[in-house]
Amino acid sequence: MRHTLSTRSVTSLVSRNGAFGVLVVVMVIGFLTVPSFGTADNLRNTALAASFLAIISAGMTFVIISGGIDLSVGSLYALAVILSADMSSHGSWAAIGVPIAACTFAGLVQGLIIARLRLPPFIVTLAGLTGIRGLVFYITKEGNSHPSVPGKPFFETVSRGSVLTIQNPVWIALAVFAAGWYVLNRTAFGQAVQAVGGNDTSAALMGLPVRRVKVIVYAISGVAVGISGVLSTGLSGGGQEARVGNAYELSAIAAVVIGGTLLSGGVGSIVGTFFGITLLYVIQNLIVQGFNLNSYVQQVVSGVFLLVVVILQAVFSRRSETE
Amino acid sequence: MTSTAAHTVGRSGTHGREDTTSWVRERGVYIALALVILYNVIFTAHFNQWDTVQLLFAQMPPVLIVSMGMALVIGTGGIDLSVGATMAIASAVLAKFVAPASSHGFGSPIALAIAVALLAGLAVGVFNGAVVAVGRVQPIVATLSLLVAGRGVALVITGGALVELFNPFLKVVRQGQVFGVADVMIVAAAIAVVVSVVVRRTTLGYRLVAIGGNRRAAVLAGVPVRSTLITVYAISGVFAAVAGLIATARLRASDPSYIGLLMELSAITAVVVGGTPLKGGQVRVLGTVAGAVLMQLLQTTLLAHNIPNSVSEMVEALIIVAAVYIQRPSQSAA
Amino acid sequence: MANGVTTTPTLSVRRATKRFGGSLALSDVDLDLWPGEAHALVGENGAGKSTLIKLITGVYQPDSGEVLHHGVVVHFPTPRDAQLHGIQTIYQEVHLAPQLSIARNVFLGREPTRFGTLDLKRMNREAAELLGRYGIAADVRRPLGGLSLGVQQMIAVVRAVSTDASVVIMDEPTSSLEPREVDKLLEVVGLLKEQRVAVVYVSHKLEEVFRACDKITVLRDGRLAWTGAVADTTRRQLISRMLGRDPGELGSGQITHLGRAPVERGEVPVLAAQHLARRFVLDDISLILYPGEVVGLAGLLGSGRSETAKAIVGALALDSGTVEFCGKRFPRSTPASRLRSGVAMLPEDRKVEGIIPELSIRDNIGLAALPMLSRRGFVSRRKQAEIVDTFIMRLHIKATGPEQKVAELSGGNQQKVLLARMLCLSPKVLLLDEPTRGIDVGAKAEVQALIADLAAKGLGVVLISSELEEIVEGSDTVLVLRDGTALGTLFGDEINESAIMTMIAGAAEHDTAELIA
Repeated sequence: MRHTLSTRSVTSLVSRNGAFGVLVVVMVIGFLTVPSFGTADNLRNTALAASFLAIISAGMTFVIISGGIDLSVGSLYALAVILSADMSSHGSWAAIGVPIAACTFAGLVQGLIIARLRLPPFIVTLAGLTGIRGLVFYITKEGNSHPSVPGKPFFETVSRGSVLTIQNPVWIALAVFAAGWYVLNRTAFGQAVQAVGGNDTSAALMGLPVRRVKVIVYAISGVAVGISGVLSTGLSGGGQEARVGNAYELSAIAAVVIGGTLLSGGVGSIVGTFFGITLLYVIQNLIVQGFNLNSYVQQVVSGVFLLVVVILQAVFSRRSETE
Repeated sequence: MTSTAAHTVGRSGTHGREDTTSWVRERGVYIALALVILYNVIFTAHFNQWDTVQLLFAQMPPVLIVSMGMALVIGTGGIDLSVGATMAIASAVLAKFVAPASSHGFGSPIALAIAVALLAGLAVGVFNGAVVAVGRVQPIVATLSLLVAGRGVALVITGGALVELFNPFLKVVRQGQVFGVADVMIVAAAIAVVVSVVVRRTTLGYRLVAIGGNRRAAVLAGVPVRSTLITVYAISGVFAAVAGLIATARLRASDPSYIGLLMELSAITAVVVGGTPLKGGQVRVLGTVAGAVLMQLLQTTLLAHNIPNSVSEMVEALIIVAAVYIQRPSQSAA
Repeated sequence: MANGVTTTPTLSVRRATKRFGGSLALSDVDLDLWPGEAHALVGENGAGKSTLIKLITGVYQPDSGEVLHHGVVVHFPTPRDAQLHGIQTIYQEVHLAPQLSIARNVFLGREPTRFGTLDLKRMNREAAELLGRYGIAADVRRPLGGLSLGVQQMIAVVRAVSTDASVVIMDEPTSSLEPREVDKLLEVVGLLKEQRVAVVYVSHKLEEVFRACDKITVLRDGRLAWTGAVADTTRRQLISRMLGRDPGELGSGQITHLGRAPVERGEVPVLAAQHLARRFVLDDISLILYPGEVVGLAGLLGSGRSETAKAIVGALALDSGTVEFCGKRFPRSTPASRLRSGVAMLPEDRKVEGIIPELSIRDNIGLAALPMLSRRGFVSRRKQAEIVDTFIMRLHIKATGPEQKVAELSGGNQQKVLLARMLCLSPKVLLLDEPTRGIDVGAKAEVQALIADLAAKGLGVVLISSELEEIVEGSDTVLVLRDGTALGTLFGDEINESAIMTMIAGAAEHDTAELIA
């Protein structure tokens, strides 16, 4: 399989630039055809709405590049949201710290099961999806309780404040992406993640700590989800349903793949995920706001995008594969 | 003629453990099922009454039917994550055709609507199969994409809204009984029998199991891998459509954001718990049925003892991890 | 010994033994690696070379015996431990990360950092220096995967060397290299020797061994067959040790081609493969087969025999060349369509490409013949049982019954199951790739008799075997291959072991280092 992986890098590059290109085109179309799209308010609100899933997607990028997948992020998000509201009565730090710790722990456990027991990631995280959702319902007494946040100045300022008229969650999302880029491209760990995802046998033979890498990426995903959930509760003041975060994992995966990360692992980029999630939310915004279409069209669009990208990726990487 | 000159190929020393493991894997579900039934007979009030049993199994047919298709797909070494979305699509198509013009429907006769809905399921399945077999995309990736896109398609068809359906035929589907057994249950049982026959007596069954067992060997032995895979995924799609129709009839409405939600997990759980290995090569139809029944029974048992649904979800998660753990291939040294 | 300065080898292996399940992969093997020496490790498939290497590099642990590093006993539970002791490996399939840049690959796992951040400037600089030292021209910031395999191999060497390795193992490093790249690699081996690195050169390419190595160890069937200096042996002697004959034993009359019924070579051959070619693998191979004829393909590991068979049967894509069956081209190039036309193959690795382990004997045998055994999609159990029982009896397949899982059978019986599968279709051409490998003596004889019987009944057979004896006794015609090229053909009475070996070895008795063709 000579050059297959480098062809995959090319495929990823094309895909990533493709996402960027499409994003530019879509935004231009939006500016030109939908007057309400280009307003500062609209852009700001879209960015705010996108920031939560964006942070989750950043964490997901690591998992997918390492060759795994995390289907539990939706349920983990709900856990973080509910725990944050619950814990807020114990102070802002509890409201921030406990959910993040819980999600990180859950990620670690899943990672350990996957790496040490050698079970397929999608089954383990699919079980995680159910189990954690069950936990969330349990905590909220079958979805009947909607804990709210009794006005905690610090906690709420974090989510509701803004700097230079851009809300904090957006800044935090950007910071998360920056941190993610740094870790992936400028640290030894980041290289190891890419090597492991490309071929974990080769990585082992090169002396890399394959198991450790596989465990840590799930913890990273957990941290990201935790941050996102905490921000969400801070913003909403609680009162969210236990059902929140439903199907978030699918959107996160879609954003990552559309952004040029190969679902099979090894090749990918945080920047691409940034384009991917932005693209998804811009399209959503245009569809709902601008063209007044059924909002579910957005789901179709992202699904179709995903499908097209995935097929193209497979076609390209097969081109150079010899029998 | 034949002497017992065969010896087990395996790591010496782990011989005993491999045997126990595979025994547990193959029979464990029946034992667990028997235990749970026993527990219920003893501790759950009214368990021995027919009505109770009926109620218990009211939810079963869709899961059973989808699990049958999933078992076939897993037998080839693949997976179908799009079954829930396919259920929703079939449901949406049915609603679109059956609903009167006043509700933005076509007002067609029920038979036509059902036919088109089944065709929709078939189309999804064929598409999945083609992407996997011809496009050479990994099954997880291919069907995941359809999961995302599919439910959206369903939502678009019904305009996102819940469509109520009042159709006499659907009422029959929902309530019809033969000798006290629900019609739909009989349909599900019939499908299980058919699938069992397919696996054990037809060329399709032999081929799909060979593909899952050793794809390279199957190719060299002349097995038409592409057409077999497409057929198997198509079957999964059709079964999902059937399940979607049943669920719609029960609900008396088509709710695309709810129908079939997480059905793929339930189906995969039933298949795995029932002893069919995820890597393919074997299909245990009876085991899958037992697995589906076991999971359903567990949930209703917990419910009957006032344990909330959320807890049973957590239990289900643990069980599937345990089942996959038992199944994992032994560490090979060569 | 060779260098006078050191008295202990850099790395030694003493009486290493390793079993896998029932089979003995290595038995009582010794090895000494001295600094500044290139030590070749040769042997046929399954001889134990790869197992020995994996013992040295920490992938496996020996069941008995020990590994000594500078005279001290060591244990390597993981590859990383071996690497920490200065043992680096360059694999045939470059095990690097092609999506990362050259510089990153060179330092992967030992990255220079500043406050936790990768020091990219330093990585790029040092990598460029290293590449320069070995005469490799490439931009260290480019992704590795964009380079040719030869250069990727070089980078792997550079990586190994940059870790101050004391032992560098090269496992079949030149299998996919162009001649120019091979020259480069051998130069690098020389450079490594100058730096007092102990090089292990695992290869089946004897020309390279004679060019670049100082010592040779020959493994056969997991045992040490011979070890000594390159200067003290000839190519021919090596080949005979690899194949199992002492050099002294070989006369021209030892094992000869027994009288076989002359083959009727009529007008139209049942199989005609012409000018088969595929880059790096096959170079203009032609093979003609008549009904009732057994054509043996002889050659060492890597000579292209299996690839020829796979190409004929449609399992390997060709760059050029044609295959005709009874004078007609095949409609499609898939194994399925060729099977239908009557060309069947028993693959080399029955575990990977042959048996379906969890299925029963009955299901395995009946697999290829399913269309014949079924009507309208339903398999007739009766017909299936008939055919299966017939073959179980005819081939003497020993099992508890037709329902037994094939994974539980002995190697010989598994082979018979596969043979039965093919014979169900009454093929006209049967290609057998190592049909008696890894099976016991009794079963071996049975299978060989079977093959002769089939040929006598009019089947055309292509026989591939690493055992010269088997080829010589069983073939009417022998095609000798080396490195994907056909060296020549021997007919009837011309066939004997000595003649075949001479062809493979190239020149006559004396040893001239030939350039690679």
